Amino acid sequence: MTMKRPWYATVLMYAALAMFLFFLGFPLLWLLSASFKSSGELNSLAVNLLPAEWDFSNFGAALERQNLLLAAGNSLFVSIATMVITVLLSMPMAYALARLKGRLRAAGTVWILTSQVFPSILIIIPLFLVLRAISLNDTLLGLILVYVTFTLPFTLWMLQGYVAAIPTELEEAGEMDGASRITILRTIVLPLLAPGLVATAMFTFVSAWNEFFLALVLLQSPELYTLPIALRSFLGAEGQTQLGPLAAGAILATIPSLIIFSILQKKLTGGMLAGAVKG
Amino acid sequence: MSSVATKVPRQTKRVGHRARAQRREAVALVIPALLPIIIFSVIPLASGVALGFTDATLKRNAEINFIGFGNFIELLGDHRFWGSFGIGIVWAGSVALLTLVCAMALALLLNSDLRLKGLTRVLALIPWAMPPVVIAIVWRMIYNPNSGPLNGALEVFGIPGVNWLGDFSTALPAVIVVGVWSGIPQTTVLLLAGMQSISAEQHEAAAVDGAGAIRRFWHITLPSLRPIIIAVTALDFIWQFNSFGLIYVLTEGGPGGRTMIPPLFTYLEAFRNREIGYASAMGDVLVIAIMLILSLYLVNQFRQSKGSRA
Repeated sequence: MTMKRPWYATVLMYAALAMFLFFLGFPLLWLLSASFKSSGELNSLAVNLLPAEWDFSNFGAALERQNLLLAAGNSLFVSIATMVITVLLSMPMAYALARLKGRLRAAGTVWILTSQVFPSILIIIPLFLVLRAISLNDTLLGLILVYVTFTLPFTLWMLQGYVAAIPTELEEAGEMDGASRITILRTIVLPLLAPGLVATAMFTFVSAWNEFFLALVLLQSPELYTLPIALRSFLGAEGQTQLGPLAAGAILATIPSLIIFSILQKKLTGGMLAGAVKG
Repeated sequence: MSSVATKVPRQTKRVGHRARAQRREAVALVIPALLPIIIFSVIPLASGVALGFTDATLKRNAEINFIGFGNFIELLGDHRFWGSFGIGIVWAGSVALLTLVCAMALALLLNSDLRLKGLTRVLALIPWAMPPVVIAIVWRMIYNPNSGPLNGALEVFGIPGVNWLGDFSTALPAVIVVGVWSGIPQTTVLLLAGMQSISAEQHEAAAVDGAGAIRRFWHITLPSLRPIIIAVTALDFIWQFNSFGLIYVLTEGGPGGRTMIPPLFTYLEAFRNREIGYASAMGDVLVIAIMLILSLYLVNQFRQSKGSRA
């Protein structure tokens, strides 16, 4: 667009942009700089982003002190398992939801949207009782089951948006050629759905990786803690917190979802909009 | 069914057969995903709602008795719960509204011809990817009264420091700022996607007619974005009202319950006081309340958008 704008409007816009840059960026820079500062510098009121002396021991201390490595392993295991199970379960149903017209589809959509309204606490209490009854509370398997439950509705919604974007004519053409349903699904639908599947899988992974509340309720043994719970226990009593290792641990916990998110960004918003339009 | 089928012409019969086969196929596709949803989502939710009508506790092998509306009658007089409910409304409402305003401004800037857009986009992405616990840790550092940069900056100007998260009057606003910070990216991206679907010709035609940037915003951009804005604010409100991790790590509901949003209050009732029946009743009330607020908002918005179009 080429529209004339008075010079002061441009100045105002740059000022606004600079404010946003500062507001959004400063906390991140502060975290980064805190992870390289010594504890003496961290406990002063100095407002310098560049550490006076670089301290590289925080990352090592973070990994060593609070079993963060073990927690990262737990998080990785839980997130990958949740991702695989959720995608496998939602694939057939998303296909059916997108291709079905009528009551079942309407009911499915209503359920998916309604489940967003209910507070997690209302679902986790009975789930907790059930898991306790079969001795799966305070286990990673129980946590994975709960994560699958909680991510499934949104995953379905996302995935059916991608399915709906595949023209039915392609499948009908396959049918004309006498291909079986399974063949059509495998050779026509699946390849076209691949980007959507990747985006959905990544979304599920990040949801599980970042999740805090359900893990807090279900996990009691420190050796089972996932990363967010382990980081929370880092905080400990106020005043005794070691800020440097805490900042380092927080950065390490963000990196995986950051990488995935930067790949995902375009796909995710596309999928959400597709789902919104179709749903 | 079959007696009817013999009477109808062959053409229809074949279609009916195909439709039935398709339905069977659909059922085969749906069941593997439907079963876990029913077992792990529908049934727990229904029993969660039902637990609100019982005196259940977390004690092992405790008897569960149906007590009708007993919990709800007790809840009516529980002013701590209603206080928490009010905080939840203020929290979710302010965050949803402020996030919308900020994200709209940011999306407009990113949709214009300024430099530095790439950098801003990258920066705006990061809070979205961060786990809520990490966001809370970052902001605890910033708000820290003894070593945080916020008080450090105040000190430079000779202003006495504030205990942001510990003071009765500043705790809730401080927490809301964090909510807005973490909510901006997602909302911005959604609004930006909506803006990019508005055709440039519309803007150019209006500009030719002499409409300034502000008028074009009110008369072209805003009306076209309306469905997205309604959906985004409604979702933001629900998500924030039900959010837990951010405030739990920032303040644990303190000081003196000033940031005790309902999910925190309910969690403590269920897993500290171990009164899961009473906690479930709170959950029931919250669901009804959110649905009421939401339907009021949506009905009102749709009526308005109809009115403006007429």
